[in-house]
Amino acid sequence: MGAAGPVLAVALLIGVLGFAVVRPRGLPEAVAAVPAAAVVVVLGLVSPHAAWAETRTLLPVVAFLVAVLALSHLCDAEGLFAAAGDLMARLSRGRPQRLLGAVFVVASVVTAVLSLDATVVLLTPVVFATAARSGMRPKPFVYACTHLANSASLLLPVSNLTNLLAFTASGLSFSRFGALMALPWVAVVAVEYVVLRLFFRTDLGVALPSHGRTGDARRRTPGATSTPVSRLSVTLVGATLVGFVVASVLGVPPAWAAAVGAAVLAGRALAQRRTTARALLAAANVPFAVFVLGLGVIVAAVVRSGLGDVVGGFLPTGSSFLDLLAVAGVAAVAANLLNNLPAVLLLVPLALAAGGAPAVLAALIGVNVGPNLTYVGSLATLLWRRVLRDHGADAELAEFSALAAWSVPTALVGGVGALWVSLAMIGA
Amino acid sequence: MDVLVWVTEATWPACVEAVRAHVPADARVTVLYVADDDVAGVASGAFAGLLGRSGQDRARRVTELAAASGQELLEAVTADLDRPATAVQRHGRVEREVVQAVADLGADLLILARDGDLRRLGPHSLGPAARFVVDHAPCATLLVWPGSTPEVGSIPPPPR
Repeated sequence: MGAAGPVLAVALLIGVLGFAVVRPRGLPEAVAAVPAAAVVVVLGLVSPHAAWAETRTLLPVVAFLVAVLALSHLCDAEGLFAAAGDLMARLSRGRPQRLLGAVFVVASVVTAVLSLDATVVLLTPVVFATAARSGMRPKPFVYACTHLANSASLLLPVSNLTNLLAFTASGLSFSRFGALMALPWVAVVAVEYVVLRLFFRTDLGVALPSHGRTGDARRRTPGATSTPVSRLSVTLVGATLVGFVVASVLGVPPAWAAAVGAAVLAGRALAQRRTTARALLAAANVPFAVFVLGLGVIVAAVVRSGLGDVVGGFLPTGSSFLDLLAVAGVAAVAANLLNNLPAVLLLVPLALAAGGAPAVLAALIGVNVGPNLTYVGSLATLLWRRVLRDHGADAELAEFSALAAWSVPTALVGGVGALWVSLAMIGA
Repeated sequence: MDVLVWVTEATWPACVEAVRAHVPADARVTVLYVADDDVAGVASGAFAGLLGRSGQDRARRVTELAAASGQELLEAVTADLDRPATAVQRHGRVEREVVQAVADLGADLLILARDGDLRRLGPHSLGPAARFVVDHAPCATLLVWPGSTPEVGSIPPPPR
């Protein structure tokens, strides 16, 4: 292939990502990814054997993803998210600063346990409605959700697809991963809280008066409902989480715990007609799992094309604070240039070779916190803004970027610092 | 006389009080709420970040929620006014939309509430949106304090 190989591999990767963001006519992203993966194999950019090995490695990961997506959908069907909205409204007692605190706690836990997808797709609308019905400006709370979906996804392998991809390669156990990432998770969430609280101090400063003629206004604002949640649902979700850890200790892939938990909850929800088989299947999003497999093969071709050596050259081999920070920085840049999924597929093998598990965890801090700068990677952001404009909305990104300029570098430094302390205390 | 009342979350009761206190009974009152496209934009950006995992129809949910909550806020305001009023909802860049709405209506008076730091008198009591509107409104404006007005003593002493 000569010099054309690397160019073609990168072009295919960019094309597949662009397709995934725009999704013409709502087609699944696998429609572009699978043929592109076939092309790189046919052209010999990656051998059939290596492509199959990559797919085999990724299979348990995507199985886990499918189970967790189904689990989130079932939690929503059980009314857990609506109940979280009621809880946050009660905790806030009409004060925006208190609501921000409640949103932070709930969004951090939901992201850690049910993955960033649950926070973006299921929690953000609930938080919006909660703020609006409490007579508060929704903006700071919506920003809190979208930021935490990325930055609070450090804690567990299930919290982010990037973690799942790295976890498999890192050789760490489920509980060890969680133990090492607990402190970085807390540090990054704390940084986000301080930054958001200061950035939105004006919006957080005004609340509806609680007394007087218009004091009953709160009750008249949107969707004030109270949703009972069965204790059994909460117990089942809790048991599934404990199952992740127990399975990991027993050496069983945690995907099994997720699958069993999802199956039990699904059986119950289907029997009680809280969801339909069709909705459940749509939530599990099997075509997306296929896309991840295709993406894995394409990225393998990119790595083999020589780009891997170039990026690998940027990665330091030590495990000092500055070395880890450099790894996180490279990862954050890669996540913003492309997108965090190819970034993690590209970087994890390189980081593992350069600095072992500590470098992999540092890279994860980069790919998870970094997307708050552009969300989907700069290329995809351009496409997304075009799609948005076609729908008649023109979002001004100045405020978004200003917020990210404060929070992302601070969170990277705070998160990597905490990781360094964790590694010193627990050891890799 | 056409009066435009720009209402936002949390501070709208002060605007309602201002209409009661200062607007003649024969004036035509229009109540305006502007949904900030940024909020829905940021949410849809986060949806886009998930690629296909979000489902395309779900990305519109926050936009719809924003419109619905704006509508309910307008209903709350008009119910509280105890006089006939037209409710108008727009979306976009908030400050620009408010100024445009004043022009479109040919309003004689714009009523709005301060939206910044409400603890002391001073320029910070206007947030960026209200600052823009006050600076650019093509008509007379009535700017009110939500809740209680701070003491004159809240102004810092002059520099020496």
